[in-house]
Amino acid sequence: MADLSTDFLGIKSPNPFWLASAPPTDKEYNVRRAFEAGWGGVVWKTLGQDPHIVNVNGPRYGAVWGADRRLLGLNNIELITDRPLDVNLREIKAVKRDYPDRAMIVSLMVPCEEQAWKDILPLVEDTGADGIELNFGCPHGMSERGMGAAVGQVPEYIEMVARWCKQNTRMPVIVKLTPNITDIRYPARAAKAGGADAVSLINTVSSITAVDLDSFSPEPSIDGKGSHGGYCGPAVKPIALNMVAEIARDAETHGLPISGIGGITTWRDAAEFIALGCGNVQVCTAAMTYGFKVVQEMAAGLSEWMDEKGYASIADFQGRAVPNVTDWQYLNLNYVAKAKIDQESCIKCGRCYAACEDTSHQAIAMSDDRVFTVKDDECVACNLCVNVCPVDGCITMEQMAAGQTDPRTGQVVSDDYANWTTHPNNPGAVKAAE
Amino acid sequence: MSNSETTPGVVPGRLADAAYKSNFDDLYGPLDAHEAVVAADRCYFCHDAPCVTACPTSIDIPLFIRQIQTGMPKAAGRTIFDQNILGGMCARVCPTDILCEGACVREAAEGKPVLIGRLQRFATDTVMDSGAHPYSRAPSTGFRVAVVGAGPAGLACAHRLAMNGHDVDLMDARPKLGGLNEYGIAAYKAPDGFAQAEVDWLMQIGGITMRTNVRLGRELALSELQDDYDAVFLGVGLAGVNALRAEGEEHDNVHDAVDFIAELRQAPDKSKIPVGRDVVVIGGGMTAVDAAVQSKLLGAETVSLVYRRDQAQMGASEHEQLHAASKGVRIITGAAPLRVLGDGVVTGVEFAYTEQGPEGLVLTDNTFHLKADQVFKAIGQRLDEAPGGLQLDGSKITVSGAGRTSLPGVWAGGDCAAGGDDLTVTAVAEGRDAAEDIHATLMGQASVAAE
Ligand SMILES: Cc1cc2nc3c(=O)[nH]c(=O)nc-3n(C[C@H](O)[C@H](O)[C@H](O)COP(=O)(O)OP(=O)(O)OC[C@H]3O[C@@H](n4cnc5c(N)ncnc54)[C@H](O)[C@@H]3O)c2cc1C
Ligand SMILES: Cc1cc2nc3c(=O)[nH]c(=O)nc-3n(C[C@H](O)[C@H](O)[C@H](O)COP(=O)(O)O)c2cc1C
Ligand code: SF4
Repeated sequence: MADLSTDFLGIKSPNPFWLASAPPTDKEYNVRRAFEAGWGGVVWKTLGQDPHIVNVNGPRYGAVWGADRRLLGLNNIELITDRPLDVNLREIKAVKRDYPDRAMIVSLMVPCEEQAWKDILPLVEDTGADGIELNFGCPHGMSERGMGAAVGQVPEYIEMVARWCKQNTRMPVIVKLTPNITDIRYPARAAKAGGADAVSLINTVSSITAVDLDSFSPEPSIDGKGSHGGYCGPAVKPIALNMVAEIARDAETHGLPISGIGGITTWRDAAEFIALGCGNVQVCTAAMTYGFKVVQEMAAGLSEWMDEKGYASIADFQGRAVPNVTDWQYLNLNYVAKAKIDQESCIKCGRCYAACEDTSHQAIAMSDDRVFTVKDDECVACNLCVNVCPVDGCITMEQMAAGQTDPRTGQVVSDDYANWTTHPNNPGAVKAAE
Repeated sequence: MSNSETTPGVVPGRLADAAYKSNFDDLYGPLDAHEAVVAADRCYFCHDAPCVTACPTSIDIPLFIRQIQTGMPKAAGRTIFDQNILGGMCARVCPTDILCEGACVREAAEGKPVLIGRLQRFATDTVMDSGAHPYSRAPSTGFRVAVVGAGPAGLACAHRLAMNGHDVDLMDARPKLGGLNEYGIAAYKAPDGFAQAEVDWLMQIGGITMRTNVRLGRELALSELQDDYDAVFLGVGLAGVNALRAEGEEHDNVHDAVDFIAELRQAPDKSKIPVGRDVVVIGGGMTAVDAAVQSKLLGAETVSLVYRRDQAQMGASEHEQLHAASKGVRIITGAAPLRVLGDGVVTGVEFAYTEQGPEGLVLTDNTFHLKADQVFKAIGQRLDEAPGGLQLDGSKITVSGAGRTSLPGVWAGGDCAAGGDDLTVTAVAEGRDAAEDIHATLMGQASVAAE
């Protein structure tokens, strides 16, 4: 059996699955039940200064659904904890005492003044917590008060606050990043420059999930008005994966520990984040959708996959995908593939045909008796048919072997690697050759 | 209630009142809004969808299902009615397992098709329950068309003609409109007066004058209709029934299944319908199955359905057969009646097993006999008598193109016309297409005359 335990900044947990700072970690009752269900650690719901903030008294969430009303994206206008600081601190201490083997991280958000941080850090240390996470990500409510994303969008502030924290506590410091910025590498570099031990990402993405077509209010609607919220859940996973990869392969931040967050719903999602360099993962929406029990599927699935692949520990595959993330210009233009439709598993829905015929390359033929076949002389291997086919594995992309002639271009497939930088159509490449 | 399932003879009231109510209630019932969305979510919105090809009226099924899925069931209903104005009845009676749902790619994928029939009902019910009729008439053309027979073929034809601006006289021999929708379809498929409600809803188009209790061949003559109207459509169905041609057929309590079913459909109180303790139904089509199932639902103790060919050749779909079996009907295939036994009143039927010989089906010496105090014959219907001068194709009216008969200005469609399956939905398609052909012909004549 694979060893799922992790050591992240010296913080040990029996598995890499932590609950992200959010409602699931807002109180002792929840966190105890989460640990009983098997979560490896939690990042406690973000603490702030007293007097504690208040939340709206109407709907906080909006959503986007897929078929069968499966929740694909959730958005919220909730703020940080709305309970008094001392209540939270007391509960954190009690839970940590009873679950010494689980990771207990405390998320913090106080104003951008050194004294505010100096005041709160010893209180957290006193709970016996294993580390802190700086919430520089919340995109609503707190950012208007100069906290959360308002800090996370300014690299200089990130660096400054991270440094204050490092100077005022012995606990490891994780900086949680907001995705609501153009280039995630800048805040990550700033966190590292400030001395942060790790970054975690992503927090939620600014969003409006829907507009009520009777009242013309954005959702979720509070008395006829709505405000942008933070988007999370399966829909944001691709955004998060990309940002994680950017940090993992950036020369300046390469090697900086990362806690991956954003849309992690299954063991497979978690494995992907870890393959892109994360030391562990955090989950919010999946738990809010299905309850704490989902961690059991995640842990069992990850373990089984690791056994199948022969990975004894998380470190064995951590970061294995990072070297394979490259820039478009370095992709091999001599790699040629063609779509192939397996007639055995084809159910003849014709969606590949509609997609390719109407919107792509007219590379699928349809016979009178609904047999769908790929025209190799038209197929550009774009993958759209694979993506719209309802049957997993029915359409595959088959690489053409070197020496074969691509019927579309008439050119012989070469096994030499050649990319855009040297391509004759690239004005830059032509210049270089002159 | 003094009778029970084991009371000998042909008697009413074999069951408790509550049993009649539940037995003849809606077989599947409507989907609620949640169920409809869950079912609609399963549709793949196929390209050139096989279900549409399989529907005789070519309803744009993926489109209407997507409309349900996006919260627009009325628009979905409109998509259905555009092709099939009796989409409400078809949703209830179509053998979807051999039509749209049989062609559904999810049948191929998982053996579980999208519930097209029930989604169709959801959409059409939504429109019809709103009371409003979604179509209006084109400006009057001044043409008058006679539609004889107000079954699905005649109704679909009349509606489309009226919509196109023609004035229609719709005539039927029976006291109520609807044809077999009213007098034939199994009671549990269209309960609560749905057939008449549908007729009333459809008539809201306007421009259709109804005449009931008038029979072609009695009050009406085809030649007069040809003289009095610009076109004639015949949708008279198959009013005659085939004879068994077996000894003893004339015994008491040997009935035509269609008469029994018509009586049953018209009876407001099913407990008043007498039924045998041991019922034998002869035939293998929808009529035979419906007579057998409904005998059982009326409280018959044993019901046997005997069909002379093998199971695969039965007219009733596999789904219908399974339904019958689930209600306790015993289906015997490959046996034909030799003689009806009895002494004035039927007591049983003697059958011989059959074999496929080189010249067709032959009876073997292997015989058996079934006890019966009531026998229903359901071995096919035919045209009662062909209206004068029409060329026939076997026992049906010869047609070409969209229902053109051998007589100029006379169209025919539905069960009475040759070709096509004897199904409600086929009758609708043929009535609709004939109406469009009549429309094109009349408008073509008008423009030639104008030149
Ligand atoms: C018992 C039974 C059950 C069935 N169940 C199903 C089912 O579940 N699903 C399905 O798809 N199909 C079913 N069918 C078949 C379906 O009912 C018919 O295919 C369909 O009704 C044919 O429509 P039509 O308009 O051609 O004829 P009909 O519905 O038969 O209508 C003909 C009309 O013409 C009138 N008429 C007849 N002769 C004259 C005349 N000389 N003058 C004036 N009017 C006349 C009749 O009174 C009748 O109203 C069933 C049939 C039967 C008998
Ligand atoms: C209702 C709600 C409240 C949240 N509150 C916080 C918070 O207080 N502090 C914080 O750092 N992140 C907060 N988040 C963000 C989550 O921790 C997490 O970063 C984000 O939801 C992405 O992960 P997911 O896709 O697994 O949900 C919140 C998310 C939700 C849905
Ligand atoms: S890969 Fe793209 S171009 Fe090729 S068949 Fe599929 S959809 Fe068409």
